[in-house]
Amino acid sequence: MSDTDTDESTPVVDELRDEIVARLRADLGDAVVDVYQVPQVDLWVRVTPESWRAAGEALRAQGFDYFCFLSAMDWMPSPFGDGENDPTEEVEEDPVASEIRQGYTGGDTRFQMLARVTDTRRHVSVTLKADLPQHDDGSMSIESWIPVYAGANWHERETHEMFGISFDGHPDLRNMYLPGDFEGYPLRKDFPLLARLVKPWPGIVDVEPMPASDNDEGDDS
Amino acid sequence: MTMLSERQQMSYIAAQAADARLNVELETEGMTLNIGPQHPATHGTLRIIARLDGEQVVWAEPSAGYMHRGYEKLTEVRTFPQVTALINRIDWLGSFANEVPFILAAEQLMDIEAPPRAQHIRTILFELSRIANVSLFLGDLGVQMGAVTPVFMAFRDREYVLNLIEGATGGRFHPNFDRIGGLKDDLPKGWLDETRQVMKKLRNFCDEIEDLLFGNEIFQSRTRGIGVIPADVARQYGLSGANLRASGVDWDLRRDQSLPLAYDKVDFRVWTHPDGDSWARCWIRLQEVREATKIVDQLIETLPPGPVMTKVPRIIKVPEGEAWVSTENPLGEMGYYVVSKGDLGPFRVKIRSASFNNISITPWVLKGVYVPDIITILASLYFILGDIDR
Amino acid sequence: MMSIALEIPYWGQSLLRVLGGVGAVLLPAGTIVYLFLFKMMSFMQSRLGPMEAGPYGSMQLLAEVGKWLQKEDIIPENADAKIYKLAPVIVLVSTFLLVVVVPFGPDALFTDFSAGVFYALAIGSVSVIGILVAGWSSANKYSLLGGLRAAGQLIAYELPMVLAVVGVVIQAGSMNLQQIVVAQNSGSIFGWDGVGFPFVLTQFVGFLIFMIAVQAELTQVPFDMPIAESELVSGYMTEYSGFRFLMFFIGEFATAGVFAFIASVLFLGGWGIPFSWFGWESLDAVDGWMNIVGPVIMLTKMLVLTGIIMWVRFSYPRFREDQLQKFAWKVLIPLSLANIAVTAILKVAI
Repeated sequence: MSDTDTDESTPVVDELRDEIVARLRADLGDAVVDVYQVPQVDLWVRVTPESWRAAGEALRAQGFDYFCFLSAMDWMPSPFGDGENDPTEEVEEDPVASEIRQGYTGGDTRFQMLARVTDTRRHVSVTLKADLPQHDDGSMSIESWIPVYAGANWHERETHEMFGISFDGHPDLRNMYLPGDFEGYPLRKDFPLLARLVKPWPGIVDVEPMPASDNDEGDDS
Repeated sequence: MTMLSERQQMSYIAAQAADARLNVELETEGMTLNIGPQHPATHGTLRIIARLDGEQVVWAEPSAGYMHRGYEKLTEVRTFPQVTALINRIDWLGSFANEVPFILAAEQLMDIEAPPRAQHIRTILFELSRIANVSLFLGDLGVQMGAVTPVFMAFRDREYVLNLIEGATGGRFHPNFDRIGGLKDDLPKGWLDETRQVMKKLRNFCDEIEDLLFGNEIFQSRTRGIGVIPADVARQYGLSGANLRASGVDWDLRRDQSLPLAYDKVDFRVWTHPDGDSWARCWIRLQEVREATKIVDQLIETLPPGPVMTKVPRIIKVPEGEAWVSTENPLGEMGYYVVSKGDLGPFRVKIRSASFNNISITPWVLKGVYVPDIITILASLYFILGDIDR
Repeated sequence: MMSIALEIPYWGQSLLRVLGGVGAVLLPAGTIVYLFLFKMMSFMQSRLGPMEAGPYGSMQLLAEVGKWLQKEDIIPENADAKIYKLAPVIVLVSTFLLVVVVPFGPDALFTDFSAGVFYALAIGSVSVIGILVAGWSSANKYSLLGGLRAAGQLIAYELPMVLAVVGVVIQAGSMNLQQIVVAQNSGSIFGWDGVGFPFVLTQFVGFLIFMIAVQAELTQVPFDMPIAESELVSGYMTEYSGFRFLMFFIGEFATAGVFAFIASVLFLGGWGIPFSWFGWESLDAVDGWMNIVGPVIMLTKMLVLTGIIMWVRFSYPRFREDQLQKFAWKVLIPLSLANIAVTAILKVAI
C-alpha cells in the first residue's frame, strides 16, 4: 500500500481526499490495495476484486451518491501497433513497449475494472479500480453494482459486450450495441480494428503548421 | 415553488394504478409496439420497444446501438489532434463542447495551460454551442407535442449562432477548433460586435418561445406531473445537466469544479426546480439558454488580449498518465478518461456521454404512462443519438 | 336551381346540381389548402411556402394532385383489401353528401330539405366509420392505435356539436337551413335591424362549442390524437399513399370547408346580407342577383372561419387522449346542455 504524491516543491495538502481515503480504509480494511492522489485534482483507489461491490457500498455510505460511469481497461499494448505507422516498414520488437504496464495504482492483471462516482455535496469524485483475474477458461467475472447504483445496469451491459466480463447479479446481461450473434469482444486490444486491416494507414501525414509563437495579433477589436 | 399539489400527484398515480388493475382483470392482450428506429419523434435512430395495454405502457425498453460507430476503438489508432476531429461528432448539435473536455484532459497530462485569452474564447464558444444545441431542443419540443410552428423560429434564430461559430472557426457543425495548448486561430475582426447583436436576438427568441409554447395551457397540461424523477433516483442513474437540476439537485460542473475555463470570471445563476417532471426539465433548459446569453455577454466584455496558443512541440507526445475531465455540456456531463502511454495517440479513451445515462432511466420512468407521454418524457430528457451510441 | 328565363330540362338541372356540388366541395378545399396550408402556415413560420409552381405557388395543389395520382397503388399484404379501398371513399362521399343541404342563395341551393340540420349532423357522423375502417383494415399497429383513438374522440365530440346546434334550432324555430338564414337576415336586435340578427350574438357559447367540436371532428390540432404525427407517424392514414391518400387529404380540407359553410349558415347569417338594407320583406322578395353574390358571401365567411381553425391548428400543441375525452365529456357537453336550457327558457319567456 503506498501513497504517491506528485508535487515536488511545497507539499500540497488535500484534506478532503485524505479524509475520504482514511474512511475507506476504515470501512474496507485490507481491501484497499493502492491509492493514488493528485492533491486538489483527483483521487484513484484500487480495491480487491472480491470487494468490488463492498467498495461501492462504502463509497455510497460516505455520500458518493452520483454514479458517473463504469467500464474496464485492457492494459495490453495492441499487437497491431498503434495504427499510425507505415505497415510496410519494419518495426523492431520492443520488449519494453509490448509488456503490460498498468497505470496509476498499479495492478496485476491485464484487465481492470474502472468506475467513477461523485459526491455532489462535497464536490469531489473518486475513480475506483479493481483487478480482474481470469478463470481457467479465460473468462472474467465480478459482482454487479446494480444493488448499489441502479444506473450501472447499462454500463455493465456495455462493458460485458465490449470486454467479455460477466457480472454476477445482473438481471439482464445482453448486448447493448452489438447484434446478438456478434462474436468477439471489440474493445480488447487483440480484437483488430477492421478498418485498419482492410486499408493500412499510409503513415503519419504532415500536420498543419503551428501558429507562430510570436503572434501579436491577439488583439481583437 | 412546485405547481403540482400532493393531491394532484397522488391522483395521477392512483388513476394509472386503477387502470392497470382493470386491465389485468379484463386480461386484455397486450400489444408490442416498436417506436423507431425510423420515426418522426425519435431524434435519430432510437428504437423503443413498448409493451402496451390499450394506451398504457406496461414496460418500455430502448434499444440503442443503431448508430454505434465504435469511437473508443477508433481513438486508439489516432493521434491526439486526430481524435479531436473525431469527437466533434459525438454530440453533433453542440459540437465544440465535445472537444473541450478531451483537450483539457490532454493538457492536464502534459501539465500545460492554455493562455487566458484562449481559455476565454473556449468558454465563449462553449456557451455558443450550448445555445445552439438547446435552442433546437426548445423548437423540437413543440413538434413532439404537435405544435409545428416553434421549430421554425428555433431554426431561424439558431442560424445566427451557427453563423457566429462558422465565422470564428470555419465550421458550422463540426468546428474542430480546439488544440492542445490553445486554439487554432484567433477571432476575426468584428466578431465580438456581431456576437452582442446575436445574443440580443436569442434573448428575444427565448421570450417568444416562452410565450408561444411554455405559456400554452395544453403544453402545460401535457408536461406537468409527467415523468417525475426523484432526486436520489436521478443521482443513482447518473442523470446530468438540466435533468438532474430539474429534480432539485444543485449540481453544475461549471460552478462546482475549477477547470482552466473562464467560468470563475463571470456571474451566472444555476437554475433548479423541485418538481422533477417534464415541465421542470424543459423550463430549466429555457432558463439556461437565457443564462448562456448573459454569460457570453459578460465574457465578451472581459476578453483579455494575448496569444491564443502556448508553445507546444510540433509533434505532440503526451506523457504517460491518466486523466479525467468532465464539463457541463449542453446535454449534461460529458467526460473523457484519457490514458496515455507517452505515444502520439492515446492508449485508451473512455467517453462518458451524457445521453447514455439520461436514457438509461427510461425503463424505470416509462412504466405505466400513456403512449403520448412516452414522447413527452423522451423529448424532455433530451438526447442526441450520437451521444448515446458513440 | 336558378330560375332564369329559359327552361332547363330535369336532366340538365340534375347535371348542374352535380357539377355545382362537386365545385362547392373542391373549390373551398383547394382555396383552403393554398391560402392557409401553403401560405398562411408558411408566413407564420417565417418562410415563403411554395413559390415555384405557378405565380406565387398557386398551381402547387394541382402539381401535388398530379403527383399523388401517378403514384403506385400499394396495399399492405395483410390488409383487408376491399375495406381498405373503401375507407377513403366513405370519408369523401360523406363530405359531398353534406354539402347538398347548404344554401348558397335564395334559389341557389341543391335541395330545400325541411330537416336540413338533422340531415347534416347525421351525415357528418358517417366519416367516423370511414376513419375507423381505415385504421382497422390497414394491418398496422400505428393505424390501429390511430383508429381506436379516432373512435373515442369523434364520437365524443359529436355530442357537443349536435347540442350546440339545438340552441340555434330553438331560436330559429325551424330545422330548415334556408329558413334559418332567412330568420337571421330578416330579424332584428332590440328593434334595430341594421345587421339583422346573426345567431352568434345570442348563441356565442353555442358557436364556440360548435367550432371546438368541428376542430375535433376534423382531427385538427389540438385534437389530432388520431393522427399525432410525432407518435403514430400518420395514425389511421399511415398505410395510405397515392390517390387514396389524396382522397383523405381532400376530404380533410373539404370537410373543413363544408363545416365552415354550415357554421356560417347557422351562426353568421349564411349567404345573406341583412334584408333591411334592401327593403326585402321575405325570401320571395329577394332579388335574383343574390344568387350570384350569395355564394361569394358564403365563400368569404367560410374562409374566415376556416382561417381561425387553421390558425389554431398551427399554433397549439395537441391534447393527450384522456385530456381530450375529459374536455368533451366534462366541459363541453354540460356547457352545451346548459346553453340549450338557457336558450329554451329565454325563448319561451321573451
